Amino acid sequence: MAEMKYWKGLEEKEINSVPLQSEEFSESLPVVSELGNKIETLASSRRDFLKVMGFSVTAATVAASCEMPVRKSIPYIVKPDEIIPGVANYYASTYAEGGDYCSVLVKTREGRPIKIEGNKLSKITKGGTSALAQASILGLYDNYRLTKAVANGEETTWKKADEAIIAELEAIQAAGGKIRIVSSTLLSPSTKQAIKDFIAKYPSAKHVTYDAVSCTGILKANEATFGKKVIPGYRFDNTDLIVSVGADFLGSWISPVEYAAQYGAKRKLSKETKTMNRHIQVESTLSLAGSNADKRILVKPSHEAVALTHIYNVLASKSGAATVSLSGLDETAKTELTKVADELLAAKGKSLVVSGSNDVNVQLVVNAINILLGNYGTTIDLSAYSNQRQGDDAEMDALVSELGSGDALIVFDSNPVYSYAKKDAFKSALEKVKLSVSLNPKPDETTVLCKYSCPNHHYLEAWNDAEPKNGSFSITQPTIAPLFKTRSAAESFLKWAGIDTPYYDYIRNYWSQNIFSKQTHFASFDMLWDRTVHDGVLDTQVAAETWTPAAIDISAAVAAIAKNAGAADAVELVVYEKIAIRDGKFADNPWLQEVPDPISKITWDNYVCVSKKMAERLGLKQALSKINTSSGTETDLVKVAANGYEITLPVIVQPGTADYTLAIALGYGREVASKTKAVGQNAFPFLQANGGSYSTVIAGATIELVAGSYKVAQTQMHHSIQTPMEKVGKQMERRIIKETTLAEYSANPYAGNEDRKEIQEHLKTLYPDHEKLKRGNQWEMTIDLSSCIGCNACVVACTVENNVPVVGKDEVVRAREMHWLRIDRYFSGSDENPSVVFQPMLCQHCDNAPCENVCPVAATNHSSDGLNQMAYNRCIGTRYCANNCPFKVRRFNWFDYLGADSFRKETIFNNEHDVTEMSEDLTRMVLNPDVTVRSRGVMEKCSFCVQRIQEGKLKAKKAGRGLQDADITVACQTACPTHAISFGDINNKESEVYKIANDERGFKVLEELHVLPSITYLTKVRNTEKSEA
Amino acid sequence: MSAYESQIREPLVTGSKDYHQITKDIVRSTESVPPLIWFLITGFTATVMTIGFIAIGYTVWMGIGAWGLNKTVGWAWDITNFVWWIGIGHAGTLISAILLIFRQRWRTGINRSAEAMTIFAVMCAGLFPAIHMGRPWLAFFIFPYPNTRGPLWVNFTSPLLWDVFAISTYFTVSLLFWYSGLLPDFATIRDQAKGKIRKMIYNKLSFGWTGSAKHWQRFESLSLVLAGLATPLVLSVHTIVSFDFATSVIPGWHTTIFPPYFVAGAIFSGFAMVLTLMIITRKALKVEDYITINHIESMNKIIILTGSIVGVAYLTELFMAWYSGFPYEQYAFYNRALGPYWWAYWIMMTCNVISPQLFWFKKLRRSIYFTFVMSIIINIGMWFERFVIIVTSLHRDYLPSSWVYYSPTIVEMGIYLGTLGLFFTLFLLFARAFPVVAIAEVKAILKTSGDKQKREQHEPVANGHHH
Repeated sequence: MAEMKYWKGLEEKEINSVPLQSEEFSESLPVVSELGNKIETLASSRRDFLKVMGFSVTAATVAASCEMPVRKSIPYIVKPDEIIPGVANYYASTYAEGGDYCSVLVKTREGRPIKIEGNKLSKITKGGTSALAQASILGLYDNYRLTKAVANGEETTWKKADEAIIAELEAIQAAGGKIRIVSSTLLSPSTKQAIKDFIAKYPSAKHVTYDAVSCTGILKANEATFGKKVIPGYRFDNTDLIVSVGADFLGSWISPVEYAAQYGAKRKLSKETKTMNRHIQVESTLSLAGSNADKRILVKPSHEAVALTHIYNVLASKSGAATVSLSGLDETAKTELTKVADELLAAKGKSLVVSGSNDVNVQLVVNAINILLGNYGTTIDLSAYSNQRQGDDAEMDALVSELGSGDALIVFDSNPVYSYAKKDAFKSALEKVKLSVSLNPKPDETTVLCKYSCPNHHYLEAWNDAEPKNGSFSITQPTIAPLFKTRSAAESFLKWAGIDTPYYDYIRNYWSQNIFSKQTHFASFDMLWDRTVHDGVLDTQVAAETWTPAAIDISAAVAAIAKNAGAADAVELVVYEKIAIRDGKFADNPWLQEVPDPISKITWDNYVCVSKKMAERLGLKQALSKINTSSGTETDLVKVAANGYEITLPVIVQPGTADYTLAIALGYGREVASKTKAVGQNAFPFLQANGGSYSTVIAGATIELVAGSYKVAQTQMHHSIQTPMEKVGKQMERRIIKETTLAEYSANPYAGNEDRKEIQEHLKTLYPDHEKLKRGNQWEMTIDLSSCIGCNACVVACTVENNVPVVGKDEVVRAREMHWLRIDRYFSGSDENPSVVFQPMLCQHCDNAPCENVCPVAATNHSSDGLNQMAYNRCIGTRYCANNCPFKVRRFNWFDYLGADSFRKETIFNNEHDVTEMSEDLTRMVLNPDVTVRSRGVMEKCSFCVQRIQEGKLKAKKAGRGLQDADITVACQTACPTHAISFGDINNKESEVYKIANDERGFKVLEELHVLPSITYLTKVRNTEKSEA
Repeated sequence: MSAYESQIREPLVTGSKDYHQITKDIVRSTESVPPLIWFLITGFTATVMTIGFIAIGYTVWMGIGAWGLNKTVGWAWDITNFVWWIGIGHAGTLISAILLIFRQRWRTGINRSAEAMTIFAVMCAGLFPAIHMGRPWLAFFIFPYPNTRGPLWVNFTSPLLWDVFAISTYFTVSLLFWYSGLLPDFATIRDQAKGKIRKMIYNKLSFGWTGSAKHWQRFESLSLVLAGLATPLVLSVHTIVSFDFATSVIPGWHTTIFPPYFVAGAIFSGFAMVLTLMIITRKALKVEDYITINHIESMNKIIILTGSIVGVAYLTELFMAWYSGFPYEQYAFYNRALGPYWWAYWIMMTCNVISPQLFWFKKLRRSIYFTFVMSIIINIGMWFERFVIIVTSLHRDYLPSSWVYYSPTIVEMGIYLGTLGLFFTLFLLFARAFPVVAIAEVKAILKTSGDKQKREQHEPVANGHHH
């Protein structure tokens, strides 16, 4: 009987079904080998016993007397099917805030969203993201969010709030009072429908769309020209020539992620494609778009419109249309602009002229130019028009003047008390009305003045939809249950309209009734819905309409423009949006405040930009010495007055600023904001009314130096790439950046990179070749300097992915920012109008890394797959590695920035360096659980997203196949709207990174040091003429 | 030791001394109650030392962020102070080891204090590698010891690890050398002692020295063995310290001239510090007869030599930067002399290269006041040399995007002052408790180099008495 063997299947029968006891452990336990046979012979004496006893009792007493933190964790009683601890889930969703649009994938871990990725299925954003979209996740875990409905300053229940609001609305309606809804641009058709339903219930209600920085000019110009009040769909990817007059279409204008993707695609060079479009920027201050332009023409702010008129005139005279009179422009600019017009004519139908002006007359001239050039239908699409800016400044003005004490005002997703040009007028109207309701999710300047606050969900908690462009739809789906007792804004409108349908059902109904019919692909609505929720986007067919333009009264438009054109030496102020702070809606997001402005490299502040000549005239000694010595952080303070408003701000000398021009960023000086109170000054009141819209160009500005100095937190000083050795009269060239022109590149693909071969030949070593570099996976990266536009999406993506700490302004002043990935900005050429190049700089993962051999404790070392890795637990913080890094990419935790070791805020151990409040339970939820939170005194740096590499490897392993290129993408790579970054295995000859790294343009920074960097940069190619280079 | 010495040589012990007088002169300071001024000065230095310890405590509590360092400049005052103190220590070892081997008798007057200075300077230096760490509580990670982490070993290719070995060896050998030399002198004090407790303490300190021939024979052997061990250390310690920089890739650090340049600089600054201390000590403890003006002149000669070596090294660096054709290296040296830290470079140049050349004048070389001022100037210059090497090389290296400016915080300054306080407090205690001049060794050269004895050798009959 003992020999009987039971088996369940043949494969078991062949092997032993029940393992013998001796084989139970496949490897022998180490106990015996470690202790040998001694364990049996060891005798414990009484003394040993007492020693052990004494130690244990003491240790236990000491340990027990420390208060142990209480960890609240609740196990799943019934585990949700799709949640596997340690495995991320991705949900397609939509980031739509005030008209900004980004189709995204939300990465969730154990049911909480931790990261935003671009959605490649979107035909609009094409997988790209913006810094704002990346940082939006922090808003979900914000301690300062409103958690409940608030009535008259006290928290209440939704039921009570609804009853009170409905009663008041009905009373106002009955008394004939006006009900007004102010919202920013709404992309959601369902929300708009809900508002329509609300208006149906209260016929005296009206919805006013208000954009802090509006595109009223374009809307009105198109209404006049084409009878349709829309923003056309611009197709930068169809252009051979882009002429942008003051439109920062890569940074902040209408839909920068979409435009950047188009722009990047049209300028991508490879072995196969050796052509790119040409980009001319006419502007007064150095914008992100301007810094990428092939040619930049500098004019005063008010002369941007005149420049357009001049272009129109040249085009008109050459195409036989009527020319108009024009004045003000200086001769140099005229000559250059004439050349621009000639180039435009040569690229007829393949060119695009855009303007950032909010003046309807200027936009009419732009329309006239584009009509003359035949760009409609090729580079301008009127059918797939954009919904991304719908605000009309005139409507807002009318609203403010018409509201009275018997009226109601509902504020939704907008903050006019902060951002409206006549904010005081709005404030008094708000205080006057009978009923004021705010749907904003956080206490802001407007919300705190409202009687009722009905906080909206964060977009990651709610269902919603969006139609950013005509016919392109997308879905926002919740990725976490609402954290607080908040409610969808649309649901609030529905409730007050007496409709009890949950908003999810309402959206579905809307889609089945209105959107299902617009497509033919899906046979049933459920199929369409499921697919759209899965993909995040739905593209429907849009019938190509032919819109015939009405005659444009160009001379009237030009006459209006001429009135605003200032004299050459009249000081003008221009207010602009920064890429991360924009209109200030998310100014309280520390991630965005800490991102350096790509041009000025300044964080945590707004400031006045002036030209060098202007600074010299004003005697701004500190601002000037800052650029000369590049050693200080102190700069002058100036008082700027215009349009009956004045503020005192620090001033910087910004190369690329037109003379007699002051530039100040909007979005700062939020008075009611949580973590970033008192950062900068509010520039919105400068906005100047100009015939029905607010202009960002303000004439009659004054500037005066005031006593004192101010520290600005700048991450990089003003250096041109040439290191001047001015005192010995010698220019020293650093071959960090390589660039060439398109003409030279077409003739010789190695142009600008000729010395690479020589450097490689010199890379001789006495040591045998690193054979191991040729084995297995070797991770490498390529960065195309031609594609990088410097938008900083990668910087924020890296911060989110890798739990990179925010250090705050004071620490940035001390040059201690922690960004693993930074974008180095170098100027070349003149300081009046320099050329700019951006170079993303991160750990180069050198295969012969100078940091590795100097670490005394081997905390930084090399992995077999080519990573330069950090063992944080081993690091004792000598900083030798950082000193010896030629790229200066290593970052040291000078303080406990992330609260890894710290106590809660209220304790006596208050950690003032925890700027993001990561020691708070709610905020901590944003941390990526796959990445160690570094403690004080530890060195850190880019890991090439090692957690993603491991995840990708595991995925391939589980699928039983080799690694494919698509298995591993790193955070910066996925965030990039222009696909400037590629990552992969250099030993895989099929990989994208292998192909790009072997491009003729490929070079490595400081390759001559023989540190063997793993990042290949591609030479920047500018489409400049010889004379401009 | 009773070899004949030429009458032309200046006597090394002046005044009419005999063995008993030497004992009395030197032991006096340990027997009497220190004067009020001693208490005042020691109180002051101890206060400064306490400030330093408070600053260190603050740093450990708050983090290295309490200092002025940043993303580009990872070392500044911390490692500057470390190298400076280590350098100062070198004089003691050179005097006790190399000069012993070369039988330079004049060393006997100063070797005791110089060795004490070495010990105290290395103690001050040793603080910095520990406190400059981000996580000093894990400092034990840098020792290679069997452990349960794998076992995980240290990185033997790191110059910082070599520092650990070099400095711990250096400290151990210096301490042994100093203490073994003290044994017969402690016994001398014991033999003079009146009180019971005093006798007991000095007896313990002297390890029961009896002065037997066997003791003397062993003492002499040990001195020679330790001198033999310490001699390479004079060269190796600062060589290894220089490797921290020389093996790196940073322009201004990456240079092969560093080892000899650092060793010369170390001796240069060490002799300056010995002079600073000796000039005060000889006056305060009235031992001018043992630490004579000749001693001072001899040290000044060494200062000219090492100062000139340092000067040549500075010029060589400039030449190499130009000759290398390497733009980064060229800029590093341009930036040293004419960049934002130009003042530090020119303080260094003035103090280290130009001012010591004044010692070519014999009158200045033999001037106590001039020497004292010069000794302080040299140590200021040598502190700036390390500051220039460390900070100006780091603050502007390869990528201009990372260029920054560094300024220290009050905490860093407090720590530096604190080490000065520690150093002088220890020296002041040493001066009142230990024999500041090596009694036994001075006695050993008295017959050949004593003033009186030399005169007697020359005119034994004329004076009418002899031994």
